[in-house]
Amino acid sequence: MRILTASLLLLAGALCLPARQQVVGTIDKNPGKPLVAVPDFRASGAAAPVIATFNRTVTSDLENSPLINFIAKTRYPLQIPQQPSDLVAGVAPPSARAVDPQGNRLSDWGLPPISSNYLGIGYGAEQTNLLVVSAWFYTTAANMPSLQQAQIFGKRYTASLDESGAIDAGHRYAADILAQFGGKSLVGTHIVFVSDRSGSKEIWVMNWDGTDQRQLTKYGSISTFPSASPDGRLVAFTTYAGGYPAIQMFSLATGRKLPFYNQRASMNAFVTFTPDSKQIIFSSTAGGGAAQLHMANVDGSGLRPLTHSGAIEVEAKINPKTGTDLVDVSGRSGFPQIYRMNIEGADVQRLSAGTGEATNPSWSPDGAHIAFAWTKGFEPGNYNIFVMDVVSQQTVQLTTNEGRNENPTWAPDGSQIVYASKRGRQSQVWVMNADGTGKHALTQNGNNEKPFWVNAEK
Amino acid sequence: MMKRKASLALSAALLFGLAACHKKAAPPPPPPPPAPAPPVAAKPVINYFTAEPTVVTAGQPSSLRWSVSDSTSVQIDNQIGQVSPDGRRGVYPTATTTYHLTATGAGGTSEGDATVTVSTPPPPQPVQTASTESVQQILARQVQDIHFEYDKSDIRASDQSVLQGDASALKTIFQMDANFIVTIEGHCDERGSAEYNLALGDRRAAATKDALIALGVPGEKLKTVSFGKERPICTDASEDCYARNRRAHFAATQ
Repeated sequence: MRILTASLLLLAGALCLPARQQVVGTIDKNPGKPLVAVPDFRASGAAAPVIATFNRTVTSDLENSPLINFIAKTRYPLQIPQQPSDLVAGVAPPSARAVDPQGNRLSDWGLPPISSNYLGIGYGAEQTNLLVVSAWFYTTAANMPSLQQAQIFGKRYTASLDESGAIDAGHRYAADILAQFGGKSLVGTHIVFVSDRSGSKEIWVMNWDGTDQRQLTKYGSISTFPSASPDGRLVAFTTYAGGYPAIQMFSLATGRKLPFYNQRASMNAFVTFTPDSKQIIFSSTAGGGAAQLHMANVDGSGLRPLTHSGAIEVEAKINPKTGTDLVDVSGRSGFPQIYRMNIEGADVQRLSAGTGEATNPSWSPDGAHIAFAWTKGFEPGNYNIFVMDVVSQQTVQLTTNEGRNENPTWAPDGSQIVYASKRGRQSQVWVMNADGTGKHALTQNGNNEKPFWVNAEK
Repeated sequence: MMKRKASLALSAALLFGLAACHKKAAPPPPPPPPAPAPPVAAKPVINYFTAEPTVVTAGQPSSLRWSVSDSTSVQIDNQIGQVSPDGRRGVYPTATTTYHLTATGAGGTSEGDATVTVSTPPPPQPVQTASTESVQQILARQVQDIHFEYDKSDIRASDQSVLQGDASALKTIFQMDANFIVTIEGHCDERGSAEYNLALGDRRAAATKDALIALGVPGEKLKTVSFGKERPICTDASEDCYARNRRAHFAATQ
């Protein structure tokens, strides 16, 4: 398809059709979205060894974004501009246009065969033992009389002169590009998850792109079911460190335990926060009988029960947009299903179809969708990730024949979903675009599960 | 505290696992390959029809396995009914049961039997002989796991005899050592979500505690904890293993 499209474009170029508007959309990974070209940056001296990592990071972020179409580098001209002085605005006269464009005119990138709407260029250098990347972003629109007017932004990104610095700078440049098209930056967000790589299930945290994985708890017990407050400050989880499943609250910034009063109960677990990060809802057997939803302050005080169904009530998730309704997983109709109710536990409505087992609901940041795990049409335990429009209750299946897939949670900008996938005997944390494309693993060591995407600290 | 309890549970799991392995040491001989089908309709061939293990205590699971060739219909009695030509089924007999398989095909009918022998659970140890065994030993040997159906926490009628044996052994234990506390652990198989299973295991432990109190066991000596599906005693994806993991297990509280 790509090759065919490329050939058609070349043909169109050969016929000299001034047809960019028609060309848009023929590279149809994200139909109707703008076309963006960012050739590899170069660097000299001490910055040279890490610039490939910068380029790889930028390319990966742009390729995986649903907001744009990234034009494959194989179609770029041989002459790559590195800075504004390499570039000339305006359309080259027909006599100057070779079959293979030279690349130093914005029009070389804007007209066929490349037909990009935008161009990003830049270079890296070492300054006082830091990596400094100078980067620009241009529109290739033909009606721009000068380079200055075609420039959308020009920035310098300073980072440590190593691999992780290059990754960081790459993410920041890609985020600035995607911000032009409505993307919210994921830079600064984290993913908390459970890993047994140290020998027991502990809470771990990593950057949103899988880098800098570090251990948050060291109980040598079972610590699991992490979640985080919307302000990015608190991580709550459930641990057996005291002998019974009980809630603990951690400060993500300091990695320290915060005071939390657990009810006298055989279990307190599964914390969800209100949008203002001041209250929580969790499951507790404090009232006797099956676990029910309870509301409390973030330190565990001020407890009051919300549900009295007599059936198991777990995994409450408060709507992050409204704060006035929630979804949970309930056994009130038999096998676990997803229900929606108001914040007082009333107006209960089943959202999932009632067939199979539906668990692990997670709200999209705009409160319009939930991602969840469902055994639709399969044996018990054979979960896949689905997304449901909560108004129409229409579902879209995002994983198929890729092992057992559970615990989806959304990126703060709604563009991606992180989840756990068990393929064979081991579970790993994976991430995909919210439309199910661009799946890749973020973890490799041990079993890794129960990811939760944490907002950047506010 | 957690570690000691975990190691006890682990020892119990190992014992259980070893016992199961021992029984599995003599698998049924591999069936001879079926003869090539003659051009005329052949009588169905029962390649094998086995129960594993062949000896269980009342209410404990055994797995029937069968493979039949050249059949149009395969039936097993004892309320199992019509089944596929190759399959397996977990059964929970309360008394010695012979399962009769009838395979019908174009060429006639073939039949086979598989018997699950139910051994009588050891009688509750009388108090006077208990002095030879420690409370720990009685707990490990005489207080047996209670098993549950998928997504259920009610105690099956077939487990009543096990429960009664557990109740009298626990009463013996608490008479011998007034300070002894037993923790009932609720466990689940791996199929449901970890979250739902944590609450389900809690129900299983609580239902077991309530049933023991109804049989006269002092409730203040019993604690409950759910491990959900975090502490399986086997990890293979089979109904046998799932059935073994859906349990209430008894452990000493330290």
